[in-house]
Amino acid sequence: MKLRRTMMYIPGNSPAMIQRSFIYGADGLILDLEDSVPMEEKDSARILVRNMLREIDFGSCEVTVRINHLSTGYGEKDLEYIIPERPDGIRYPKCETAEDITEMDKFITKIEESNGIPIGSIKIFAILETAKGVFNAYEIASSSPRITALVFGAEDFTASMHTNRSKTGEELLFARHRIVLAARVAGVDALDTVFGDINDTEGLKKETEFIKQLGFDGKSVIHPRQIEIVHSVFTPSQSEVEKALRIVEAIKKAKERGTGVVAVDGRMVDAPVLARAKRILLLAGVNTDEE
Amino acid sequence: MKNSLGREIPESIKGYKPVVPFRGAFNYTPEGKYHTRKIDATYPTKQTKVMNSIEDAIREVELTDGMTVSFHHHLRNGDYVVNTVISTLSKMGIKDLKLASTALFPIHRDIIPFIKDGTITRIESSLNGPVGRLITEGFLEYPIVLRSHGGRARAIYSGDLEIDVAFIAAPSADIYGNISGLYGPSACGSLGYAFSDARHAKKVIAITDTLLEYPISPISIPQTEVDIMVKVDQIGDPKGIVSGTTRITKDPTRLKIAEMAAELIKVSGLLKDGFSFQTGAGGISLAVAKFVRDTLREKKIKGSFGLGGITGYFVDMLKEGLFRTLLDVQCFDLEAVKSLRENAAHQEISADFYANPHNKGCIVNMLDTVILGATEIDLDFNVNVNTEFDGALVHGIGGHQDTAAGAKLTIVVSPLLRGRIPTVAERVLTVTTPGETIDAFVSEYGIAVNPRREELIQRAKEANLPLITMEELLNIANKLVGKPDPLPLTNKIIGIIEYRDGTVIDVVRAPEKV
Repeated sequence: MKLRRTMMYIPGNSPAMIQRSFIYGADGLILDLEDSVPMEEKDSARILVRNMLREIDFGSCEVTVRINHLSTGYGEKDLEYIIPERPDGIRYPKCETAEDITEMDKFITKIEESNGIPIGSIKIFAILETAKGVFNAYEIASSSPRITALVFGAEDFTASMHTNRSKTGEELLFARHRIVLAARVAGVDALDTVFGDINDTEGLKKETEFIKQLGFDGKSVIHPRQIEIVHSVFTPSQSEVEKALRIVEAIKKAKERGTGVVAVDGRMVDAPVLARAKRILLLAGVNTDEE
Repeated sequence: MKNSLGREIPESIKGYKPVVPFRGAFNYTPEGKYHTRKIDATYPTKQTKVMNSIEDAIREVELTDGMTVSFHHHLRNGDYVVNTVISTLSKMGIKDLKLASTALFPIHRDIIPFIKDGTITRIESSLNGPVGRLITEGFLEYPIVLRSHGGRARAIYSGDLEIDVAFIAAPSADIYGNISGLYGPSACGSLGYAFSDARHAKKVIAITDTLLEYPISPISIPQTEVDIMVKVDQIGDPKGIVSGTTRITKDPTRLKIAEMAAELIKVSGLLKDGFSFQTGAGGISLAVAKFVRDTLREKKIKGSFGLGGITGYFVDMLKEGLFRTLLDVQCFDLEAVKSLRENAAHQEISADFYANPHNKGCIVNMLDTVILGATEIDLDFNVNVNTEFDGALVHGIGGHQDTAAGAKLTIVVSPLLRGRIPTVAERVLTVTTPGETIDAFVSEYGIAVNPRREELIQRAKEANLPLITMEELLNIANKLVGKPDPLPLTNKIIGIIEYRDGTVIDVVRAPEKV
């Protein structure tokens, strides 16, 4: 299990921002070649991001690159430059169908092959940001073993739904539910959309609490200031951690004794309870000495 | 010869006292007696000290060729007094002067023609901006002598720097020479840097635009130190005096640095009742103050004193009860001036009191933590704040050496790169402050604790702070921007960096290309 509470977008045309991007403690980084790079800088940003991937040690951050859609004419070249540098994954925008992913998968496989990279090692983070993409969430999530997460993109989505983004977010409710559900069925992560107002820390906190309750694993962020707020929401409380530790401990003892059923705090511990306890400990950064 | 930091220092330097090489921050024992002026006598026949013009005053004190004149910099970039006096001296045909200001600002570019025409031939002053460029170009016959705030007070007390005439810009004053920085259109608050000049200069001329009824209250520099008062229309431009509202940085990299520095203070064990603290007015420094303030509040810790150049931020902390007192050698903004005027717990102090190592004990000795900046820092933690990457000597020392030597925890903060220029070097171009007095360097890549501070390293490790070594930082910088070529220098010495105890810690050689 890998933590993906925060993945921060970094414009792919800003050397200074890329160079320092990993110091703020985000779980992941998205070096962006798509929307934050103007048309006339697509080529230079691609070269810059490639060189940065070569030269910079991003520490423990999971590094992904958001490429341009294959239909734009830039996407293929993006992959040719980026894949040989072995980022952790590609964040693919505007995914609408399973075929989008299979096409992408082929390209990546080809480049992996010709560069001696183990086939399948580059992950795909699929961004669902249209009505069609959200509708096909499960098909997309299960279209390739490379798929690691479904990522919601609310801005384009609301446009395609003939609405706009409100503070309260009713217009996103169904899409969010559908994405989490599809992700859970397919066994991949569900990552929520960005929160645009970097000065509204209270609003970000509320929205993060909400999407965490829906079941999302994390949220894309656009500014270092947002990282700690999102992390604090995802960080379990002391009592949650203590309880999780008791559960893991009880299971361990039961295994040693060879007994089947265990109860903790008067409640039976079964597989889902144990899974949740392990996830809480992961979020709390507690090492449980087992996978 | 080489000093204890391995810096090549000439045996003798033109126009400078016998060279004593730096031998460690606390290894020099001074000899001799304090130096002062001859006895004066003033009888009741004298009922006013006011003279009509600066020119008259200059004649009265018999200021002649080759003398030393001094000024304070509390009016900062709004000061009119230095320019007015120097141009008057030039008009009067006086030559070969030594200028001993406490600092120079960009507004003082107006004195450049008087350096070029030989009115001023020697400078012993902190500096910045255009005059620094001129010196770097080699216009001055004698090298400039740079001293810290404490070092300058020491030099005056010991006689290393003998001032013939001190010109003191006085925001408010009376006819018998009592001076205060608290009132008047150019109110600047503390006059801390001018005290030593008033006490030791052979003659003292105060220049004011605000003559109030005798006696003013409160009195900062008393009439017993002042020979002559001159009234002028304006001593300064209030807009240039204060640095404006000092703001906490919003830059995420700088905030990250500030946060790590604050974490290091927390684990140091110093953050408890009685905590004392100094920061500058820069963005990172103020942000560190913010994080420290949050912790003081949260843990209900009551600090003892805030020191230094004082900002509105420290004033708020005083009001909130997070410090018992502020000790103020220089006000950075109008809130600080107002507070000094209204709050008895906000005290004006002299540079001698603040930082002179050769008295019976200055305040920096009692300081817990200081946050400082750097242009460059090297593998031995030696810090350069004087010269830029191109060799230009454009910055003064300020209180850098003093607070670093005094504070129990000295933290230097800076991004690893400024544009393409790395902050970490194998060996700094110029040593301002010796590494033995620097405890840690915090950049966005983590905290480098001086290996001499084993206990602090241990505490930081236990708290899981992101530690990194200087060598690692140098590698990162080299990898990102390449290793800079050594700067080609000439043999001409343009500046002497004096350590606060009067020894020579380094000399500045003119770069080949300016």
